[in-house]
Amino acid sequence: MKYVLAVLVENKPGVLVRVAGLFARRGFNIESLAVGKTVDPAISRMTIEVEADEKTLEQVVKQLNKLINILRISNLTHEPSVNRELVMIKVKANATNRAEIQQIVETFRAKIVDVSLHSVIIEITGNEEKLEAILLLLSHYGILETVRTGKIALLRGSKVTKNGEVKENGKDVL
Amino acid sequence: MVIEALKKENVDVIFGYPGGAVLNLYDRLYDADIRHVLTRHEQAAVHAADGYARVTGRPGVVFATSGPGATNLVTGIATAYMDSVPLVLITGQVSSPLIGTDAFQEADIFGITLPITKHNYLVTEIADLPRIMKEAFYLATSGRCGPVLIDLPKDIQQAEGEFRYPKTVQIPGYNPTYDGHLGQINRAIKALARAKKPVLYVGGGVVSSGADQLLLELAERTEAPVTTTLMGLSAFPGCHPLALGMLGMHGTYWANIAVNEADLLVAIGARFDDRVTGKLNRFAQGAKIVHIDIDPAEIGKNVRVDVPIVGDVKRVLTELLKKTEAKQHPDWLARIEELKNCAPRGYCQEPDGELLPQFVIESIYRETKGEAVITTEVGQHQMWTAQYYKFKNLRSLASSGGLGTMGYGFPASLGAQLGRPEETVFCIAGDGSFQMNSQELATAVNYNIPVKVAIINNQYLGMVRQWQQIFFQRRYSSVALGKGPDFVKLAEAYGAVGLRAEKAAEVAVVLRQAMATPGPVVMDFRVRAEENVFPMVPPNCPTCEMIRGDEE
Ligand SMILES: Cc1ncc(C[n+]2csc(CCOP(=O)(O)OP(=O)(O)O)c2C)c(N)n1
Ligand SMILES: [Mg+2]
Repeated sequence: MKYVLAVLVENKPGVLVRVAGLFARRGFNIESLAVGKTVDPAISRMTIEVEADEKTLEQVVKQLNKLINILRISNLTHEPSVNRELVMIKVKANATNRAEIQQIVETFRAKIVDVSLHSVIIEITGNEEKLEAILLLLSHYGILETVRTGKIALLRGSKVTKNGEVKENGKDVL
Repeated sequence: MVIEALKKENVDVIFGYPGGAVLNLYDRLYDADIRHVLTRHEQAAVHAADGYARVTGRPGVVFATSGPGATNLVTGIATAYMDSVPLVLITGQVSSPLIGTDAFQEADIFGITLPITKHNYLVTEIADLPRIMKEAFYLATSGRCGPVLIDLPKDIQQAEGEFRYPKTVQIPGYNPTYDGHLGQINRAIKALARAKKPVLYVGGGVVSSGADQLLLELAERTEAPVTTTLMGLSAFPGCHPLALGMLGMHGTYWANIAVNEADLLVAIGARFDDRVTGKLNRFAQGAKIVHIDIDPAEIGKNVRVDVPIVGDVKRVLTELLKKTEAKQHPDWLARIEELKNCAPRGYCQEPDGELLPQFVIESIYRETKGEAVITTEVGQHQMWTAQYYKFKNLRSLASSGGLGTMGYGFPASLGAQLGRPEETVFCIAGDGSFQMNSQELATAVNYNIPVKVAIINNQYLGMVRQWQQIFFQRRYSSVALGKGPDFVKLAEAYGAVGLRAEKAAEVAVVLRQAMATPGPVVMDFRVRAEENVFPMVPPNCPTCEMIRGDEE
C-alpha cells in the first residue's frame, strides 16, 4: 500500500542524497518526493510517498531515523490530513475542441495557464483521485507532456509535525 | 586544529599515508607528540585502525590524502561499517574552489562513502571544524558504533581559526536509546522463568558494550547455554560448560540443533545475519524470541520478535539481572550433552600424516592457553579458528564478519598489537588472504611490531575451492594458488623471521620459537590442500540440516 511520510531534515548539503540513496540501496520504492524549506530555514521538510508493505515501511522509517540529519518522521497515512499535488498538463488542442477542454478545466477547478495554436497547458492541484480523473479525460485529446510536484501533505486542524516532543495527536511512528 | 582535537580525544596513535592534499596536516603532525604509523597501503591503515579499535574499544584514527588515497580506504571503511567498529577517518580534499572541477586527485569521497559510514562530513568552514571533530568522535563511539569520515579541503587545513573545542555535542537528529523498556524487560524475565529449553544467542553487541561479565552471570544463573556469532566469540569463555560455540553456517552441530529445539532464544547484540540463520523461516521455529539490541532497525528486520528490547546490552542486562531468578535445566543440558556426544569428530591428526589445519589452530590455542589476541583473515582458516580456538577474554578476536574482507587480518593484527603492546598477538591467515596485504611486513619490521602470523597454507583459495567441490562437482575454477611465494623467504626479504612446519611434531616447536622471537614472525604451515570445513549448512537451508563431514 501507499504510505505518506512527513520527514523533517536539517537543511544541509547531501541530505537529499542520503535519503534517496537509502531508498535505492535498500530496495524501497519512492512513489514521490517533495522537498522545501520550512519556516525555520535550517530545517527542510520532505514529503515522501512510499509503496510498501507494513514490515517494509517499518524498516524504511527505522533506517531513515538512523540518518543523523533526519530530525523527525511522521506517518501521515492514517492521520486526518490534507494531501495535495500540483500537475501541469500539456494537451493537444485546436480551435474546435478548445472550448470543450475549457469546460473540463472548469469542472475540475483547474486553470489554463498557457495557450498556443496546437496546445494548452493546464495547471491543477488536488488529491490523487482528482488528478487521475482529469488525466484520464484529457488523454482523449492527446497529452503531450506532464510534470508533477509530488505529493505534499499537512495534518488537519491545529496539530503539527514538529521537531521535538510529540504534539497533540501528531502521532510519532515509533 | 585537527591535531589539537585529536589530543583532546586522547588519541595515541594515527594510522595513515601522506600525499599532496594532506601536506599541511602532516606538517602539523611533525611537531605533535602523537604517534603516526605509516602503513604501506591506505587500505592497511584502515584495517590497522580497525584492529586497534576492536581489541581496545577505543576509536581508531586514520589519515589519507585525496583521490586515490581516499578511495583506497573504501574496503576498510565498509569492513568497519558492517561490523560496527568505531573509526574516525580524515581525508584531504582538493581546495574548496577546485571541488567539482575534476581537479588533480579529486574524488568525491563524501559521496562514495555515504552508504558505508555511520555519518560523514565535508568541511566547508574552518569555524565548523572543532564541532565536526567532536561530533565525529561522539558518533563513532556512541549508540551503535561505526566509522565516521571527515573530508577536509586543503584550504581549510591552511586556514587559521580560533580553536575552541566544544565540551558537549548537540546533534538533534541523534538520540540513541540506552535504557531498555522496563515492561519489555519484565516480559523477558518472565520468558526466562518459563523457558524449559533456553538458548542465549550472542553477537558483537555484547563485546562492544563490554557486557561479558553480565552475560556470564545471566547464563549461569538461568543455566542457559550460550551460542555466539563470529563477532561474539570473545564475549563468552569458549571452554565454559555452558558454551555451545559458534552457530550458523559453520557453527557446531550441537549449537545449531540446540537453537532448532529451543523454546526460548534470547538474542543479545546480534542481528540474525543470513550466515547465522540459514533459511529464515525455519530458524528457531519453536522458540519465543527476545531480541536485545541498541539499534532499533535491527529488531524485526529479519525475524519476528516476541519481546523487543532496544537499548545498550550492558544496561539492559543489568536491569534484567535485578529480577531474574535462578533456574536449573538438567534435562536440557543432558540433551545438549547427548548432541555433543553424537557429533562427528572434527579431525584426526596422524603423527606422520599430512599436517591438518585444525590441528595447527588447536595447537595455537594450546600454546597460547587461549590468552592471545587473535586476528584472522577470511576463508577456511577463519572458520577453523572460530571452531578450534577457545577464546577466553573479551576483545581477544578481530575478524571481518559482515563484509568478509580478505586482507583484513594482517594489518588488523598490527593495529591490535599497538593497542595491546603487552600481549601476544597472532594473525591466523590464509595463503591467499595474506597476499592481499603482505606488503605490511615492511610496516611490521619498520616499527618492530612483534605480531606472529600463522599462515594456514593449503595452496588454495580454500573456502571457494570447498564450495566448488561440494556445489560445482569439483570444477576448480581459478582457486589454485600454485606453489605461491616462499613465505619464509618473503618474511626474510622484509627483515622479519620466517619459519615453516610440515609435520605435526614441528608445529609446537615452530610456535614456541615464534613466541620467543622479539620481532614479527611469519610461520608457513603446510597443511593438507583439500581439507574442508564441517559442519556446513548449505546456503539457504535450515541450520539443522548440516553436512556433518562424516557421511560417506
Ligand atoms: C577481498 C575478497 N575477495 C574475495 C573474497 C572471496 N573469498 C572468500 S574466502 C576466499 C578464499 C580465501 O583463501 P585463503 O586466504 O587462502 O584462505 P583459505 O580459505 O584457503 O583458508 C575468497 C577468495 C573475499 N572474501 N574477499
Ligand atoms: Mg588458502
